[in-house]
Amino acid sequence: MRESLLAQAESALEEWLRARSETPTGERVEGFRLLALHRQGARGVPSFNACRETCREIAYHYNLLADPRERTERREKMMALLVEHLRLFVRGKLEVEGLGEFCCASRPLRNESETKGIAHG
Amino acid sequence: MNKPEYQRVAYYPGCALEGTGHAYNRSTQAVGAALGLKLDEVKNWNCCGAMEVKNIDPAVQTYLSSRVLSIAANEMGAKVVMAPCNGCYHNLKKAEHELAHDAGSREAVERISKKAGHATYRAGQLETIHALDWIKDGIGEEELKRRLKGSLKGLKVANYYGCMYTRPRHIFPEKDRGPGSESTSQPHFMDDLLAAAGAENVEFPLKTACCGGAHTLSDSDTSTRLVLNILRAAETAGADVIATECPTCHSGLEMHQVRAEKVLGEKTQVRMLYFTQLLGIALGVSPRRLGVHENVSDGLALLREKGLA
Repeated sequence: MRESLLAQAESALEEWLRARSETPTGERVEGFRLLALHRQGARGVPSFNACRETCREIAYHYNLLADPRERTERREKMMALLVEHLRLFVRGKLEVEGLGEFCCASRPLRNESETKGIAHG
Repeated sequence: MNKPEYQRVAYYPGCALEGTGHAYNRSTQAVGAALGLKLDEVKNWNCCGAMEVKNIDPAVQTYLSSRVLSIAANEMGAKVVMAPCNGCYHNLKKAEHELAHDAGSREAVERISKKAGHATYRAGQLETIHALDWIKDGIGEEELKRRLKGSLKGLKVANYYGCMYTRPRHIFPEKDRGPGSESTSQPHFMDDLLAAAGAENVEFPLKTACCGGAHTLSDSDTSTRLVLNILRAAETAGADVIATECPTCHSGLEMHQVRAEKVLGEKTQVRMLYFTQLLGIALGVSPRRLGVHENVSDGLALLREKGLA
């Protein structure tokens, strides 16, 4: 579950970067590609930092869920909500930047959320 | 901490507190009165330049905020100005930063101030603070506890700060200075004050997340889904209520909670109350004086259910 959610979060940031004609980095920051992708995505767009803490919370929940004592339904749901928030935030940013539905790369984000089943369950 | 300079401050309510955030205005003033903190409203204040002006000309936005600061400093002789709205607080801090670091902004503000016929604001004349700083550093948790007439015991609170209270970091040089200072990544001043008033703060990982306020008109569906996600996260964390400290965030949460139910068929139960309303309840102020009846979200029913009203 946590691997899949982390991959979805990375995917949202990759779509933001591709929509801006950038190649998503393969690097890691503090052990997370997600944080490296966020850093790359915020370069030149300071307002993108509004999702910085969401990315950090996703990484934090990913780490917590590695501990069997923390692997609760509530914790998993919270990570799913965090990933959903990141996806929605990126979707809004794509729209504001005029990259929304005009850009093929953003279509998966504009469509029904992949995390919906988990986050809203 | 009890900073003496916070005992009497210039008060900049801003546009939202005269409209959708009126209950925040009422509750801020009521809590100030209950704690013996004095507010002198800035005379003839104007809009801080929030969203619209910023998009047209950032220098005019800096000027608009600087005019408010100039009146407080040069006409009222204040040393501290308090803004309870995150947007106003952010813009006054930003103007302060621009005037301290950017010659172009200084020149523009000098020129427009001269044309408008008032003294030019100079960086460093005033300290701009938020309502959270005002109570946290003007009174402090220990003194607050001594003045309580009730308790928020039994109330589970998700503290929501929004994204403008701490961002961008460089305009808040007083934050991230270790123990006692506010954190830009994990803000805690509201948590601290409400805990002192007896509330149980829940772990809420979306406390600084975007509420979609910036595109609430241009892309309402995304805003509604962002808010719905915040509401769901608060409920998942076990919260009865989301405490807010920004009128824009607060009305966004309330309005999109209603819209989520109407448009998406998604109902959530968590309520929204300004942190000043919650503190006021613990200080023995009546819900009516705190404007709880003005909220869209039915906070009164929750307070009654918890035996707090």
